[in-house]
Amino acid sequence: MAAVDTSTVAGPQTRVRPRGASRRDAWQRRLPLLPALIYTIVVTQIPFLVTLWYSFQNYFFDVPGGAHWTGLSNYKQVFSSAAFRSALLRTVEMTASAVIVAMVLGVVFALLLDRKFLGRGVVRTLIITPFLIMPAAAALVWAGPMLDPNFGLLNYLLQPFGVHHVAWLSTHALGSVIVVMIWQWTPFMTLIVLAGLQSQPADTLEAAKVDGAGALATFRELTLPHLRPYIELGILLGSVYLVNVFDAVRLMTNGGPGTTTTNLPFYLYEQVNNAFDVGGAAAAGVVTVILTIIVATFALRLFARVFQFEGAN
Amino acid sequence: MSGTIGWGVVAWVVGIAFFLPVLWMVLTAFKPESAAETWPPKFTFSPTLAEFRLVFSGWGPYVTHSAIATVASTVLVLMLGVPAAYALSVHPIKRWQDGLFFFISTKMLPIVAAIGPLYVIALKAHLLDSIWVLIILYTAMNLPLAIWMIRSFMLEVPGEMLEAAELDGAGRTREMTEVILPVISPGLISTALICVIFAWNELFLALNLTVTNAATLPMFLISSVPQEGLYIAHLSAAATLASVPVIIVGWIAQRSLVRGLSMGAIK
Repeated sequence: MAAVDTSTVAGPQTRVRPRGASRRDAWQRRLPLLPALIYTIVVTQIPFLVTLWYSFQNYFFDVPGGAHWTGLSNYKQVFSSAAFRSALLRTVEMTASAVIVAMVLGVVFALLLDRKFLGRGVVRTLIITPFLIMPAAAALVWAGPMLDPNFGLLNYLLQPFGVHHVAWLSTHALGSVIVVMIWQWTPFMTLIVLAGLQSQPADTLEAAKVDGAGALATFRELTLPHLRPYIELGILLGSVYLVNVFDAVRLMTNGGPGTTTTNLPFYLYEQVNNAFDVGGAAAAGVVTVILTIIVATFALRLFARVFQFEGAN
Repeated sequence: MSGTIGWGVVAWVVGIAFFLPVLWMVLTAFKPESAAETWPPKFTFSPTLAEFRLVFSGWGPYVTHSAIATVASTVLVLMLGVPAAYALSVHPIKRWQDGLFFFISTKMLPIVAAIGPLYVIALKAHLLDSIWVLIILYTAMNLPLAIWMIRSFMLEVPGEMLEAAELDGAGRTREMTEVILPVISPGLISTALICVIFAWNELFLALNLTVTNAATLPMFLISSVPQEGLYIAHLSAAATLASVPVIIVGWIAQRSLVRGLSMGAIK
């Protein structure tokens, strides 16, 4: 049932067609694609072109007179801004730690769910639920009922371990936000790894057992290599979403205390909403996009490999 | 056999621990406000529906906006996505790989980077605080995912069925309506469910581009946290009600969730 679909890749049945009819045929093939293509180009590319334009403009919402050309000064500001650099580093830190921990937990949960036991379906349902909770709801419920220093459930549960009314969101703000990110994304990793486990041919495992291989050796030598494309896919897709995490930051810590939890999305949001600095935010946005393109190029290559595409660039 | 039971117990403990915050949210939603902020936390109390009633009386416009933005964007995604997926699978264009990768690459561009200009564009196009701006952007947000997913379903349509239709003299339209759509309709439903989940839960764009006329449920949640006074039970009730539709959809669609989240890579 579960298998990385290589047929997707091996791909569509391209039939051999005669040369003469090819022009008309080519358009007949292209036509159904055009609405989606044009829509996506207009809606996703134009805002970035406008961003590029504003990045050379001095434009504050709260200053009358509109935008005027200012050359590279916005960029100079971005590159000399400690706040931007710190937000960039914070984003990498948050994304990497959340993705890695979520994946490790995902592998553990998947291994548990791959065994037969009473109520397996129920446990699986319990485990995927955090992913389905509205992220804004998750952030607010963690910030209040779970982590509040005075009445939060976590402090109560940790009392036997000598924890007394810790104000998590002031003393461990970054960790708290990352915990919520991990909580929401572990189910995603679990599902993907579980699909990988269930696609493992039973007879290979059986053979290893007959050969007297221990459980750990079997896992390391057989299961882990088999899971590799699934793990790569999970890490890649998880990163694409987690790098943009905004809800947890905005609603749990508002980027603070200070700027300890300000990641790039929240930094850009602040630039526009509190500093009204459209030009500055645009320049920071352009730099962000360029960095993303560099990372995405690698990611897409990995993607192509996972899907075993040939000649994709 | 005892080993099996042992692992089952471990799995149950892990599952319940992981689910605990959800359970706590739902439990707190049934508390009277005075029982929600106590130390030690109360596990027994006389349950009340008061907070749910309060949410129902206040969330009307928000839930309507969320529903409109979610349903309309999902319908648009399917209308644009089905033909596009067709052009990338059944009768593919020449450079179908480039097409596929173009769509997926738009998913990697951080929309946050363009939020200022997006605001200005929406302002100038008189779309600010209108439900249309959310419909348009949610469609673009979900379209790449849907195209990849629908394409993976279309590739599973047996080649013989397509050839038989061709021999019958069916044109491309009839091939689509009479052969492909009936076969992939379960796949279209799971695609729609994934799009619904992402649109329903979206906050960043809604928060930046709407105020009141199009404010969605996540914004209602934010408004349920007041500057002062007790609010924990009220917040929990609102969070529970806002999350329930997607949780139910996700529980039902568990099987197709994997496929959707991996964009069709994993069956």
